[in-house]
Amino acid sequence: MPRQTLDREIHHLQDEVLLLGSMVEQAMLNAIDTLKRRDLDGARQVYNNDEQINEKRYAIENRLMILFATQQPIAHDLRLLAAIMEVITELERMGDYAKGVAKINLLIGEDDTPIPTREISRMGDLAVGMLHRALSAFINEDVSMARRIPQEDDQVDELFNQIYHKNVTAMIANPSIIDQANYVMWIVHNIERMADRVTNICERTIFIATGETLELNASDDEWSFDNDE
Amino acid sequence: MNISKPQTLTLTPLMPGSKEESVQTNINFIEKTDHQEMESLPIKIAAVDLSIYYGNFKAIKDISINIPENKITALIGPSGCGKSTLLRSFNRMNDLIQGSRVEGQVILNGMNIYDKDIDEVDIRQRVGMVFQRPNPFPMSIFDNVAYGPRLYGIRKKGVLEEIVERSLRQAAVWEDLKNKLNHSGLALSGGQQQRLCIARSLAIEPSVILMDEPASSLDPIATLKIEELMETLKEDYTIVIVTHNMYQAARVSDFTAFLMIDEDRSGKIVEIGATHQIFTNPRMQQTEDYVTGRFG
Repeated sequence: MPRQTLDREIHHLQDEVLLLGSMVEQAMLNAIDTLKRRDLDGARQVYNNDEQINEKRYAIENRLMILFATQQPIAHDLRLLAAIMEVITELERMGDYAKGVAKINLLIGEDDTPIPTREISRMGDLAVGMLHRALSAFINEDVSMARRIPQEDDQVDELFNQIYHKNVTAMIANPSIIDQANYVMWIVHNIERMADRVTNICERTIFIATGETLELNASDDEWSFDNDE
Repeated sequence: MNISKPQTLTLTPLMPGSKEESVQTNINFIEKTDHQEMESLPIKIAAVDLSIYYGNFKAIKDISINIPENKITALIGPSGCGKSTLLRSFNRMNDLIQGSRVEGQVILNGMNIYDKDIDEVDIRQRVGMVFQRPNPFPMSIFDNVAYGPRLYGIRKKGVLEEIVERSLRQAAVWEDLKNKLNHSGLALSGGQQQRLCIARSLAIEPSVILMDEPASSLDPIATLKIEELMETLKEDYTIVIVTHNMYQAARVSDFTAFLMIDEDRSGKIVEIGATHQIFTNPRMQQTEDYVTGRFG
């Protein structure tokens, strides 16, 4: 069959995307777990391991560049490879969010900042679950799944808003905890942004399958305080 | 091109709307791979300070190139740059051109194939060739493939049948042709004819296959089939291909040599490297100009 080389490379790249995705999922779960357990050594490890995610992303990007230059992908192949270029950027950025959570854990250090670990864990589980299924949809080019997943972002946003309002109330009552409350906000912001970026992967899935470029979630802004009630 | 992100040492948390800090990485965006990678591999055939003359005309000058074993090496460059001359030098096909003369060496298995005591017919058995236009002999498919082995004295029908089947299988055309081995080779499609010719060259068990524009007369699907076949063949053979189609060189080859004409009209090698390097990050401006279609 013609184009076996290109097909083989594409399958390899899809595997690599899944591997990168699992590294990011694990990074976020570990970041939240070490936060819950106030495990600073573990947090430092998550922080440092982000380098591996970055390296994996650039290795995939390098391979993509070589494929573009040597295999001249067109039509579906071109859309798929262009989408992979976008998705690995999203994944690397999500890795940065996990690293950010670990970093805040380190910044809090031995301080007894109250952390709403139950809500944060829930947010993390939701975001990681969304990512996992989004990557599955991406690889399988499952358009209907890709359309459904971004709707789950509402649950993540709701948890974010709960923590936000709780924090604001606490800060008004006791301004001396502003720094600690801010740390918490940064943590949940990172998780919330991770879920937002899952939407971008879903959009790319639809692009591969249909060639259509669309915005699945208008609330995918860099910072959504302005939109909050 | 190195990633040149600034290194951030402070543990600054991610503020809303802020950019995450960048981290220094040591990854080369495009791996810088030069001919050293090529030369670290086992060498099957090599040109050493090779110059070839046609009468007084120096077609190529002082070319040195190592062809790695079990790899596909592409020779690319504008018309008249000497790439076909260089290719033909690897099995002394230039000897057939009147007035041709060789300086330098071509080393195959440690021997200079231009030494006086070397039999060029023996060389052509070790180094097979596939030409631009499929050229099956006006005889049956079976006899086309069995032609070379018969020339080398193989007469037993069973042995010849084995050779024909093995060669056609290697050329990925056995399934298509196994039920019409007694049909004329000329009755096949262009793509099948070319694969028959590849099978014919494989039948005499060469270790190197030279391909001179092997797909230029074929349609796109037949072309891609030949390219996939090359990918399979390199497991057992060393392949050198000349192609005007640099996209084909990009698709099929592991290494690429870019040739062009010097001021004195002789062909020379401008750059040799891993194909992915030549097509993503060539070292020489002339190569960049050629592969981007701005020259040649």
